Amino acid sequence: MWNRKKDEELPPRPAPVQPAPVQQSKEGIPMSTSPNRSFDPPSHVPSGSATIGKAVMVKGQIYSREDLVIDGEVEGTVDVQEHRLTVGPNGKVVAGIKAREIVVLGAIQGNVEAADKIDIRKDAKLVGDIKAARIVIEDGAYFKGSIDIVRAEPAKQPVSQKAPQPPAPLAASASDKR
Amino acid sequence: MFKDRLKTILRGSSAGGMSAPSATLPGPSGGSGMVTGPAYTRHSNGLDQFFSSLRGQVGLNILDFAGASQANVSFITNLGHRLSSEDYLRSLEITFGDEHFYENQDDPRQAEKFLNDNLNFPEGHFDGALVWDALQFLSPPLLQATVERLHLILRPGSSLLAFFHADEKAVQVPLYNYRISDEKTLLLTPRGSRKRAQYFNNRGLEKLFQGQTVKFFLTRDSLREIIVRR
Repeated sequence: MWNRKKDEELPPRPAPVQPAPVQQSKEGIPMSTSPNRSFDPPSHVPSGSATIGKAVMVKGQIYSREDLVIDGEVEGTVDVQEHRLTVGPNGKVVAGIKAREIVVLGAIQGNVEAADKIDIRKDAKLVGDIKAARIVIEDGAYFKGSIDIVRAEPAKQPVSQKAPQPPAPLAASASDKR
Repeated sequence: MFKDRLKTILRGSSAGGMSAPSATLPGPSGGSGMVTGPAYTRHSNGLDQFFSSLRGQVGLNILDFAGASQANVSFITNLGHRLSSEDYLRSLEITFGDEHFYENQDDPRQAEKFLNDNLNFPEGHFDGALVWDALQFLSPPLLQATVERLHLILRPGSSLLAFFHADEKAVQVPLYNYRISDEKTLLLTPRGSRKRAQYFNNRGLEKLFQGQTVKFFLTRDSLREIIVRR
């Protein structure tokens, strides 16, 4: 990325003073104001997530097509449908949230939908209704609201498979009974 | 003198339950304090009766006053029900403070706001309620209003499970986190102690839930279990 390899291959220039190397961000992190996060992100949070830093306040709709970390304040709606949303320990979200997976270390006030899993950590606070396929609540978390576990529907079989099948061979049915 | 002191000590330990956890030490301000003592499991006929009343049904709305825990969430949602969770005692402490806990509850405006913030559900919304021991920490006017509100938000025929400490002379009663292990067993984790608002005997509980069927369960410890049929 950023032609770094090519730059490295070049012979050193004779310039007497070289600027300190600037650490490149791995992917777009346009909203972050605090590159040194004040919490250790969970190991499963990819380092390439977009981040709303703890000194940032956003009012309105957020739509993200990559994993998102909110450690600041957000008011409105958050839509990260295909990705993971992490609300950091400094995060305060007053919004309806939709995401594939949600990890809460801070505070959320609003209804939350996770297509896969919601993980409410110790000291997190969530006031609102939850719809999720799976839920993990650590002791010490504060939750007030309803929990609706939405089981993933089994994939519908094609119409052609619903037609009566020919009887299985005798040998196979006998082995099934064992 | 010594006899009285011994009685007080024994009363304190027996109120904790079967294995006498060290949970009866009052907090510095009489509040719920920190979690003390080891957790222990306890058979519960009331819980058994409660889940028997739900058997064969799915998609019910269950109200749980114990606060969200993985055990209760998993157990109830695995039965196919929807859970509404609320740490009622913690909400009481947040709303009414610790110093004048019961005096503040007597303020009708604050009491009404508390109910609207914490028990604001449509009529007949719930098919069952697990209120555990929360009702004994309500002053009489708020208790009456809470019971009326519970009556309103529970559908007719539904069940409510409540616990009351049966030791008449105990002033401070132990507090627990109630975690469901299975249909008949609870895991109780001590979380301090608190002065209760009033003592209820069976007659008093029948009067409190007037017009509804109240079933009592005898226990070996000092916790009186009741099922109220709406």
